[in-house]
Amino acid sequence: MSIEQAEIEKLAELARIRIAPEELAAVTSGIASILGMVDQMQSLATSDVEPMANPLDASQRLREDVVTEVDQREAFQAQAPATQDGLYLVPKVID
Amino acid sequence: MPFHSLKDVSSGLQAGTFSSEEISADYLRQIEASNPELNAFITVTADAALIDARSADASRAAGTAGPLTGVPMAHKDIFCTSDVRTSCGSRMLDNFAPPYNATVVSKLAAAGMVSLGKTNMDEFAMGSSNETSFYGPVRNPWNTDCIPGGSSGGSAAAVAAGMIPAATGTDTGGSIRQPAALCGISGLKPTYGRVSRLGMVAFASSLDQGGPMARSAEDCALMLTAMAGFDPLDSTSTQRPDEDFTRNLEQPLQGLRVGVPGEYMNADLEPELASAMQQALTEYEKLGATLVDISLPHTELSVPAYYVIAPAEASTNLSRFDGVRYGHRCENPTDLHDLYTRSRDEGFGAEVKRRILVGTYALSAGYYDAYYRKAQQLRRLIQQDFIGAFEHVDVIIGPTTPHPAWKLGAKSDDPVAMYLEDLFTLSVNLAGLPGMSIPAGFSDGLPVGLQLIGNYFDEARLLNVAHRYQQVTDWHLRTPTSTGGEQ
Amino acid sequence: MQWETVIGLEIHVQLATQSKIFSGAATRFGAAPNSQACAIDLAMPGMLPVLNTEAVRCAVLFGLGIDAEIAKRSVFDRKNYFYPDLPKGYQISQLDFPIVGRGSVQVQLPDGSEKEIGVTRAHLEEDAGKSLHEDYHGMSGIDLNRAGTPLLEIVSEPDIRNAEEAVAYLRTIHSIITYLGVSDGNMAEGSMRCDVNISLRPRGEEKLGTRTEIKNVNSFRFVEKAIAVEVARQMDILEDGGSIVQETRLYDAERNETRSMRSKEVANDYRYFPEPDLLPIEIDDAYIDALREKLPELPRQKRERFCSQYQLSAYDASVLSDSRTIADYFEAVCDACNDPKLAANWVQGELLAQLNRTESDIADSPVPASELGVLITRIADNTISGKIAKQVFESMWNGEGGVDQIIEAQGLKQVSDSGELEAMVDTVISASPDQVQQYLAADEGKRKKLLGYFVGQIMKASKGQANPKMVNELLHSKLV
Repeated sequence: MSIEQAEIEKLAELARIRIAPEELAAVTSGIASILGMVDQMQSLATSDVEPMANPLDASQRLREDVVTEVDQREAFQAQAPATQDGLYLVPKVID
Repeated sequence: MPFHSLKDVSSGLQAGTFSSEEISADYLRQIEASNPELNAFITVTADAALIDARSADASRAAGTAGPLTGVPMAHKDIFCTSDVRTSCGSRMLDNFAPPYNATVVSKLAAAGMVSLGKTNMDEFAMGSSNETSFYGPVRNPWNTDCIPGGSSGGSAAAVAAGMIPAATGTDTGGSIRQPAALCGISGLKPTYGRVSRLGMVAFASSLDQGGPMARSAEDCALMLTAMAGFDPLDSTSTQRPDEDFTRNLEQPLQGLRVGVPGEYMNADLEPELASAMQQALTEYEKLGATLVDISLPHTELSVPAYYVIAPAEASTNLSRFDGVRYGHRCENPTDLHDLYTRSRDEGFGAEVKRRILVGTYALSAGYYDAYYRKAQQLRRLIQQDFIGAFEHVDVIIGPTTPHPAWKLGAKSDDPVAMYLEDLFTLSVNLAGLPGMSIPAGFSDGLPVGLQLIGNYFDEARLLNVAHRYQQVTDWHLRTPTSTGGEQ
Repeated sequence: MQWETVIGLEIHVQLATQSKIFSGAATRFGAAPNSQACAIDLAMPGMLPVLNTEAVRCAVLFGLGIDAEIAKRSVFDRKNYFYPDLPKGYQISQLDFPIVGRGSVQVQLPDGSEKEIGVTRAHLEEDAGKSLHEDYHGMSGIDLNRAGTPLLEIVSEPDIRNAEEAVAYLRTIHSIITYLGVSDGNMAEGSMRCDVNISLRPRGEEKLGTRTEIKNVNSFRFVEKAIAVEVARQMDILEDGGSIVQETRLYDAERNETRSMRSKEVANDYRYFPEPDLLPIEIDDAYIDALREKLPELPRQKRERFCSQYQLSAYDASVLSDSRTIADYFEAVCDACNDPKLAANWVQGELLAQLNRTESDIADSPVPASELGVLITRIADNTISGKIAKQVFESMWNGEGGVDQIIEAQGLKQVSDSGELEAMVDTVISASPDQVQQYLAADEGKRKKLLGYFVGQIMKASKGQANPKMVNELLHSKLV
């Protein structure tokens, strides 16, 4: 499996990862070699195998519908890079 | 003074040989002495530790102490610690001090353990060598030119160097067992669901599991007893009664059926390592066990399956690091897109970015079936290999790694070569089974690990099998000469 | 060309839980910014979701309410995209295995006819937070109180053909969710929001045309208007030989137009995959049966019962069963007065008018159902006339007391004493000789009209309290 630089750029955009132009070739070849290794999988027929998402053969536990949390805004926002009037600030959001 | 086992420290505290404050101060001095060379700790919380130690001593005086009260330990820097920096080895979280504790941190504190600080690790636990840490690589106490393994390399090196009797680690694809093997200590990855993941910064949610790293199986059993247990706040935590994992330690191994997978023993192993494995198997026969040849046919494909599933989950687990609510934010973002891409570019290192891209690829439209779904199907086949094997054997034994520790930088430019070092550990995470690594000899002067794999929730047996071996061998008592111990 | 409009709705319903879908933070509306956003809602490192049992119950109840299949096993997925109101960088939703499968509802159209609209599926998911665009030094503010609020997304089949049907469907869903108590249905607070998918195709054509999606339309009226303008816009383009761009659009109520959401144009790849922090939801028959047993009478059943039990018209029955609280109120009035027709008139007339005028809820009505029942009884037993009753109702609304108390205090009791009335009639007749002459000279048709004059005079003299039926009888017997 070879992967094009343009495809890497698309993935980077989806993942909001910036790749400097001078790094693009190296990043692409690194990922291409990983995908080459990963492609070993394709040799195995698995069409009748149920995919496994989680090792536990269990079902979701349910939580009682009760409010257990208190307001800790100050403690949380002490970790935030930019806040004002209790809001997290980000560059202008345009809809 | 170093190289006490956790058990020794516990006994010394109970006998009054030393106080928690004294032993904690000793260890803090040892950390201060060794850390500049080994870089095993990212953060040392000396003042808070001594306060906790004194209160442990007070509770011992009051007669309310348990076996772990006052015993010093350290946390891998992936566990959230209230008001103490939790960096996950990343620049992204260099400035992050959560206002809460991980469940594991709370449980060990409740058991009276005294945390001396946070250990170094591969960035976001992504690595097998501890070279991806923002805080620089950790060095192997047995040979400081070598890597300690990863991602819990800081914990492993710290225990191996006698900087701490025990530490927590996490294991997503071998991150407890592999550094334990490479540093010559004992480490246990519990069954998925055994130890709460709440407050553990997520790498790959369906694979991550926290566990103990210490000098012996007995130490691991003591610590796991305090760490494990049902957590209603973790949906994947298993609801079952608490266990005393020391309860079966002394059971004889007469009649034990030990599975020996051909795929592990016949792999391209370092010769000295291979003979160490043979010696260990002979030791088990002497202890009364029967060796059974088994096959785990999908072992080789565990590497591609893992390197799809883990990056896929990681790629979305790490989306929350966006520079908005916590963590690194770039200077003067021009717009939202700039905020995201520049904060993440500056905050994440190369390996993390690489895995995010691979994971994004595996989940993206048009590739999902060929990669993510395929890997999940393979995951089922890998699990079935183990389920089949455990119909005939009680425990599976083989090497933890194909090679001992390598030189710093030796595999840095070849991610695939690095990934292939995880060949024997990955499938255990994919299946969700408990696995352990214990010291079993040396190769080229560097420790090698014996891996024990148990059936689901069979940690007590795994610890028993490891403990009996440690009673007739002394590999786990060896210490690296480089830090003043003797081999 | 003749065009056919094809509409499908995606309705997001906020479920009536105390706490969020995956955390123990409160869901109360209107709290101070970020005061109800806990570590889980904020996606702090290491935080994990645990599913709220009430959200599951609400979803299953809704499924039963629309006769849908309930999935024995449903799975949460992550829907990945970056947006500042989405703290985790993914929304926990359900893609391939939703909790509620195929169902349907019967909607009643304004002409009284019924139409079946298919519901493709309904799934559980979490809400996002809010971006506030007031200027914070050129920045936007993010409030995550709403993040993690439980939503049920109800997806219809493309069975809807016009705005009227869309609104009727929306109203039906609204009354079902409020009947079931799974949501407060408060559209002003965003408890029910709607995305509208619209496409046009030549009449007779089977293949669907290219659709646009109008996001977040938040009232019945806007849904109607948004559809009207979007259909017109698409038709103009198609008539001119153009083609529709598949895109997300926004309805601007002020300008009454839809416009493209430019910022969302970048093709999204949501990279859905099973959420590894949650396990599959498993629901057994016992759970479903227990809920089915507790299922209340639903709007359509109630409407039909109102028609048969109270002999109401289809229209009356429909208005009165639209909301469960109004239906309950109506039935309480019926019980108190035993006159369903009058009860229906009064609830639909005076009561709903007052509620509308004061923008209040029936639960807060100052006139309890029992008192409205008494009022109707007083009309039936001739204590007061219908006209005076309106006056009494007004006084009750203003908190001046109960029916009998007001009649007594204001001396509104109807005059039904035949002697007293006869005297009044005589006085009016003798004071109006001209009108008497005209009346006697007129034919039957005109007499009816002229009689009104005398009735009016007598009502005036009695301050409206004369029993109108008796007055009529007396006039008829005297004016000969």
